[in-house]
Amino acid sequence: MTFRIQKEAKKESMLINMGPSHPAMHGTIRIMLELDGEKVLNAELEVGYLHRGFEKTCEHKTYFNLLPYTDRLNYVSPLINNLGYVMTVEKLLGIEAPERAQFIRVIMSELSRISDHLTALAAMTMECGAFTAFLYYIQAREEIWRVIEQTTGARMTTSYIRIGGVRADLHPEIDPLLDKAIASTRQLLKDCHGLLDKNKIWLNRTRDVAVVNPEMAINYGFTGPCLRASGVSYDVRKAHPYCTYDQVRFEIPLGDNGDNFDRYMVRMKEMEQSLRIIEQSRKKVPLSAPTIIADGIEPVEAIRASRTKKAEAKIILSPNLEGSEKDVYSRLMAKEKKYTIPPKEDTYTNIEGLINHFKFFMKGHGIRPPKGDVYFSVEGGSGEVGYYIVSDGTDKPYRLHLRGPCFHIVAALEEMILGHYVADIIPTFGGLNMIGGELDR
Amino acid sequence: MEKKKITEILKEKFPEKIKEISSRFGDETVAIERDFLRGLCVFLMKEPYAYSMLLDLTCVDYMGDDLRFEMVYHLFSISSNERVRIKVRLSDKDLNIQSLTPLWKNANWLEREVYDMFGVRFEGHPYLVRLFMYDGFEGHPLRKDYPLRKRQPIIPMRKKE
Amino acid sequence: MSGGWFTTKLNYVIGWGRKFSLFHYPFITACCGMEYMSTACAHWDFDRFGCGLTTFSPRQADLIMVVGTISQKEAPVLKTIYEQMCEPKWVLAVGACTVSGGIYDNYAVVQGIDNIIPVDVYVPGCPPRPETFLDAIVKLQEKIQNQEQEFRWKRRK
Repeated sequence: MTFRIQKEAKKESMLINMGPSHPAMHGTIRIMLELDGEKVLNAELEVGYLHRGFEKTCEHKTYFNLLPYTDRLNYVSPLINNLGYVMTVEKLLGIEAPERAQFIRVIMSELSRISDHLTALAAMTMECGAFTAFLYYIQAREEIWRVIEQTTGARMTTSYIRIGGVRADLHPEIDPLLDKAIASTRQLLKDCHGLLDKNKIWLNRTRDVAVVNPEMAINYGFTGPCLRASGVSYDVRKAHPYCTYDQVRFEIPLGDNGDNFDRYMVRMKEMEQSLRIIEQSRKKVPLSAPTIIADGIEPVEAIRASRTKKAEAKIILSPNLEGSEKDVYSRLMAKEKKYTIPPKEDTYTNIEGLINHFKFFMKGHGIRPPKGDVYFSVEGGSGEVGYYIVSDGTDKPYRLHLRGPCFHIVAALEEMILGHYVADIIPTFGGLNMIGGELDR
Repeated sequence: MEKKKITEILKEKFPEKIKEISSRFGDETVAIERDFLRGLCVFLMKEPYAYSMLLDLTCVDYMGDDLRFEMVYHLFSISSNERVRIKVRLSDKDLNIQSLTPLWKNANWLEREVYDMFGVRFEGHPYLVRLFMYDGFEGHPLRKDYPLRKRQPIIPMRKKE
Repeated sequence: MSGGWFTTKLNYVIGWGRKFSLFHYPFITACCGMEYMSTACAHWDFDRFGCGLTTFSPRQADLIMVVGTISQKEAPVLKTIYEQMCEPKWVLAVGACTVSGGIYDNYAVVQGIDNIIPVDVYVPGCPPRPETFLDAIVKLQEKIQNQEQEFRWKRRK
């Protein structure tokens, strides 16, 4: 198959390939370049090396079952993709999560967003040679993942945010770890600002390289930090506020030029704003979950007793990952019984709970939204993550489409690197934060 | 005075070209005929509506209907923070539609993806080739009659010991 | 093992040298790459196991770590890179997608990379924790120590 670049290339220029197995941690993209020495005359991208058939697979899974697939789309900020999908389905069903669950969702989203920016900047700086900054960023990311793991059970692919609320409450001992994560991120921002902001090598490599003016950015459909670096102020959290983003105060940092340095700076400043959001949300919601009831009976005894008569005594379970206390369950999951799993006390000790649980998971039953189509978007690490779901009344979506922000941003790469050198492609590509899972689905 | 919804404005201005409007679940949707697509987009891009961004472009396969494929476009206006959805129905036998590449540059890749996954051809597209699937792949995977597990390997699979 | 005391000791020494100086080529595609980054960095360093040098040329590598989903489009690329490596070489299949296709059982994903290249150690997990990854490197090192060093490439096809 002859590519466009092969047809358009001049006879004396060199055609060279970058990728698809590229060492720069991005892995799966192929950039074909027409070079005159080191200058790029023409470029063409070939994508699709990580196409995993997400949209087709989702047509064969129920609404609840396809939650782990959404984790693996933008795999550096998985909780934000979870949130986008869940809020789209909630819009279709017409339900709303309770307030405590919404605050927890916001805290988890912002932790994911910080982790996304840390990874993007770690890769970008490492490829330019700043290895120390890479190690510092990854160390701060470890602290954040430790917080996420304590509450959700997994470091990366969590499937924590569920339709109707969240899976479990925050861990009772989250405070010291969260303090440490916030402190280490602040220290990291201070260190990396000191290492990179006025560094002559960094400025030479990123200032005035791959400038994107606002008209070009809007025409290409940029959203997120890349659009804000060009000076356009659009953030889904401010334009169409969802969850409790209208109850916290934060700013949207903008850039002036639209070059690589602005994309780096916007991400650094956004991390500071995310920390502000987490600290404000912390104060509005008491973080330590209610402790386990001391004067209850063990679950095994309760199940045994419920065979003969209805269980009345309180059962010792905790509201985080180990179990689910009925009293606090209403703070974590929506009231509508049809769309949420009943608390474990009910499932195991009385017949109504068992039937609810069974009907939720049985094929053909469970979540069956009304017919229609809906679009909802949240602010992801790279931009506006949108889900378009078409439902035909059954328990599986008829069509699920992801509006991936990276797709539109990477489409502009062919035009952004024209006229620059081969070495400029590296920080440009790093600054775009291309995530293969979202680009290729 | 309450601001008029864009779908009502369109219904007033082009009564015969708009097939139906709806705002179910809060999303403004307008369904039109295929020939009016470019004209509507040019109209919406101008002031005062200023729908300057093409958010998304996709296709849905309603197998069994006469007009089997439905193209769905999402436009967004940054100045007024509003979205609108445009739907166009296409039939299996005449599966082509005007391309939006002269208006928005990201339509280039979005339309290549729809061509790859569904087989819809776009008139006026500068380079309509497959985007995700590889050279030699036959068929269009996201159509409803393509089986989920039909694999077409490029290199032969090796025998395991 | 055939041979007397001398060849056994020589085997042991060559194995000891090979296992503690692995130059690896990270063939990273997807989510497991994030756990690879964590394992490579300061907290769960795998440089302490001798595996620290990341080489970006397959010709200079002896271990290829296939990290992340391999789609049908990527399969010929993986095979080319595997064939560019020189003997002796080992393959580490990291993550559920490389072991058996993972959660993706559809038209686009190869159901396990052992359909393309022979694999030495399989690391399950989605994604595997860094401790699992380090355990896999230790197991690979045991395998390298105990194998017959000189005649291996004559037998392997």
